[in-house]
Amino acid sequence: MITLTNIHKSYQMGTNSLHVLKGIDLEIQQGEFVSIMGSSGSGKSTLLNILGILDNYDRGEYHLDGQLIRNMSERKAANYRNETLGFIFQSFNLISFKNAVENVALPLYYKGIRRKKRNAIALEYLDKLGLKNWAEHMPNELSGGQKQRVAIARALISQPKVILADEPTGALDTQTSYEVMEILKSVNKEGITVIIVTHEHDIAAMTDKIIKLKDGNIGDLIINGDLASFKKEFAKELQPA
Amino acid sequence: MFDIDKWQEILSTIKKNKLRTFLTGFAVAWGIFMLMVLLGAGNGLSNGVGSNFEGNAINAMWIWSRETSMPHAGFQSGRRIQLTMDDLEAISEMEKIDKISARYWIGDRTYAFGNEYGNYNTQSCHPDYMVIEKFEITKGRFLNDIDMQYARKVMVIGADIDNALFKGVDPIGQILKVGNVPFKVIGVYAEKDPREGTRQGLIPITTAQKLFNAGNRIHNIALTTFDVSKNESQAIEKEIRNLLAQNHKFHPDDERAVGLYNSLENYIETMNIFRTIKMFVWLIGIGTLIAGIVGVSNIMLIVVKERTKEIGIRKALGATPASIVGLVLLESILITALAGYVGMFLGISLMEMVNFAMEKQAQANVGASGDRGEMRMFMNPTVDLGIAVSAMFLLVSAGALAGYIPARRAAAVKPIEALHDE
Ligand SMILES: Nc1ncnc2c1ncn2[C@@H]1O[C@H](COP(=O)(O)OP(=O)(O)OP(=O)(O)O)[C@@H](O)[C@H]1O
Ligand SMILES: [Mg+2]
Repeated sequence: MITLTNIHKSYQMGTNSLHVLKGIDLEIQQGEFVSIMGSSGSGKSTLLNILGILDNYDRGEYHLDGQLIRNMSERKAANYRNETLGFIFQSFNLISFKNAVENVALPLYYKGIRRKKRNAIALEYLDKLGLKNWAEHMPNELSGGQKQRVAIARALISQPKVILADEPTGALDTQTSYEVMEILKSVNKEGITVIIVTHEHDIAAMTDKIIKLKDGNIGDLIINGDLASFKKEFAKELQPA
Repeated sequence: MFDIDKWQEILSTIKKNKLRTFLTGFAVAWGIFMLMVLLGAGNGLSNGVGSNFEGNAINAMWIWSRETSMPHAGFQSGRRIQLTMDDLEAISEMEKIDKISARYWIGDRTYAFGNEYGNYNTQSCHPDYMVIEKFEITKGRFLNDIDMQYARKVMVIGADIDNALFKGVDPIGQILKVGNVPFKVIGVYAEKDPREGTRQGLIPITTAQKLFNAGNRIHNIALTTFDVSKNESQAIEKEIRNLLAQNHKFHPDDERAVGLYNSLENYIETMNIFRTIKMFVWLIGIGTLIAGIVGVSNIMLIVVKERTKEIGIRKALGATPASIVGLVLLESILITALAGYVGMFLGISLMEMVNFAMEKQAQANVGASGDRGEMRMFMNPTVDLGIAVSAMFLLVSAGALAGYIPARRAAAVKPIEALHDE
């Protein structure tokens, strides 16, 4: 689904250049549930933005769904974001003057689906996430967890192949975080590739594969069997007192 | 452009930002309002003064005899010139002369019909005179060539005479006595310009020559030219003067020997003044409008900045740059067009109200004093629909113009940068 080969990314700041990603090689299969970890400033968001075609990279090759993503026109990028990708953000990024249904329906607007139909579909998705009764509410009338569920519904509505989530639980309490992770798990079960960035080990432990970034490279790749010990290792630490 | 969904998207955005939208629109509404009021006032002025030309054909000239002011060819100055039918013949031969008529007044006579009588003036002329004077024939017909040929005793009377003597009897075909001479009434004329009055009887010039000893003499020549420019009109004027100078042996530069009024020259000069005023009005109006457009553009720029995050979110969800440009551009056009329409409506309404009040006033004046009206300076200060429609086009393009730079900026928003700032 996703293949990165030798991806480099630097940020130019005046005369200084900050080399953030120093040759990332990574393969993520269809249907995987992956988390990206690493210390603050290690380039997690940068990597995720490249995966989401929200940002470009300097060197290397990025194939998404068999297609080389490079020097893409904004139009084509918009198409990929709309058709193939779904985004979930730490700060939810709902549009403040649109109610829940309208927010969820927005990706379908860009697909060219009629208002009536897309609002009906949006309502279905909100229902799936247990928010049917909140459909007409504005974002500022929703709790953090509800907002994030609206955002997830919005990411899912265009039936993407990949969901990219940058610290989706970062602004939520533990209880709500787990609920959100449950939702993402079930999304993943339906065959959608889910990639999340997180600081929290217990959250990462719920995924099938952990990519640890260090000094602009992949420091650790924890998969399957290893994951069990990883889980054990951090379960103690994270046991609620 | 005509995608209902797109409009709904824009309308919902506008609805949720009412104050902002109102402030944006106000500048444009004001600009258009001012433009309409100024244009209306300009039109009112030009209609008012223009109406003073309405009584006669615009391209008319009037020639009358006077006294020489220069000695010439052995004659002393102060000699009275007498225009004749020969002058009229000679002038009518000239190029670019369209209609031409002599005028010869018989003087006041008693007009009598049955027991009714009154003193009226009789003027003899050619059939072309109707066109030159822009008479309106309200009953019957005007003089024609056959009347001329047979020097018939026929008369076209003014509406005032009809009212005063016939008192509801159909005058056509009736016999009216002018002094002792019976005339058959063939028509009634009305005047467009109330100042000129309708207290005259008109008879063929040939009849006047036969019955009233006019002979070859005429008092006055009235003519119209074919479509000519101001310069051509002046050339014709000069040519006529030269011809008359030759016929009557006065100095060609002796401007006082014959009187000549060229209405075209006057008309063009007046209209030139108004064209200048109009241009000035447009200039001010467009200036005001441009200020409005710059205002809209500025506010839209702020709006785009304010909405950077929203635009970033939209882009992350799959909005193409074109759809973002459309969003901003259409919003700008919609606000500009709507606000402009309101401004235009208010401006036009105001001018229509002024017009209505003025017409009422004019009617009251005529009713009260029976006055024939005086020189008008201001009349019908309204803006015609054509201008309003082009103003609408102007508005839409103005909106597009105002939205263009902000829209481009919006389209250039990078989704990550937009999503970055909290
Ligand atoms: N647009 C930018 N311009 C310049 N530098 C940037 C930009 N975005 C990120 N950086 C820098 O690149 C480095 C990596 O940033 P990134 O956001 O990917 O980190 P991160 O791993 O997501 O960190 P965190 O856990 O705090 O979210 C940081 O040092 C950051 O300052
Ligand atoms: Mg980050």
